[in-house]
Amino acid sequence: MLLTRRAEFSASHVCRLARLSDEENRALYGAASNPHGHGHNYAIEVTIEGDPEPETGMVFDLKRLKDVLQREVVEPMDHRFLNREVPPFDTLVPTAENLAIEVWRRIEPHLAGPRVRLHGVRVYETEDLYVDYFGGQR
Amino acid sequence: MIRLTRRYRFSASHRLDAAGLSEAENRALYGKCNNPHGHGHDYALDVSLRGHVDAESGRVADVAALDALVREQVLEPFDHHDLNAEVPAFAVCVPTTENLALEIRSRLASRWAKTFPGDGPVLDGIRLQETKRNRFELLD
Repeated sequence: MLLTRRAEFSASHVCRLARLSDEENRALYGAASNPHGHGHNYAIEVTIEGDPEPETGMVFDLKRLKDVLQREVVEPMDHRFLNREVPPFDTLVPTAENLAIEVWRRIEPHLAGPRVRLHGVRVYETEDLYVDYFGGQR
Repeated sequence: MIRLTRRYRFSASHRLDAAGLSEAENRALYGKCNNPHGHGHDYALDVSLRGHVDAESGRVADVAALDALVREQVLEPFDHHDLNAEVPAFAVCVPTTENLALEIRSRLASRWAKTFPGDGPVLDGIRLQETKRNRFELLD
């Protein structure tokens, strides 16, 4: 069974590579390369795979899942400038792709168990653009 | 491996009418969708691709390139057009959402390698929503 929990946060970011000129960054990332940054209302959907425990009838304690997302993702990232305030985005470009991989890295150790595993992380950058990461090779 | 999904919207009119059936049979089969004057929908199209994240740029694909492909192959020919009268494929087949999804995938696939050459991202699938109450998916 798959269980999905959603969380939301708002943050600013900028997509630029230091070795490229302004023109080259604009060609690569478009408006997202504006050095002053810009923001999004991000939404993440975290999906856990497992079977309901016979006694509790639950795959995973939703309250615990909510707390993990809050502590590992929402609190450190909500209303922050990702490039300046949230490592590893001081050195890694905070694209939606890298954000999904980073969310996975942060939460996966807290969600593994004998009967459950993290199945996927979805990051909505806008309502019309999202990425899915299912672990493994990037 | 990352999957990226982008949503596009277009509005178009169509009429469902199978050439081999009588007027009465078409009415019975398609109901209101057989209205001779046609009718329209606000379609939502989700296009998914998958590939590896480039270590330096942090991206799986150039979204602007995907946007340009969908604009050229789908939005410009379909948005605010009559599918039966203005899209050649639907002169010979009924523009159900099933057939529309197949036509869209065929159009995207025909230019995919040109848009994303080499070991770039591959088309992962499309999802086409005709109204909020029905949608069709093609998984590659």
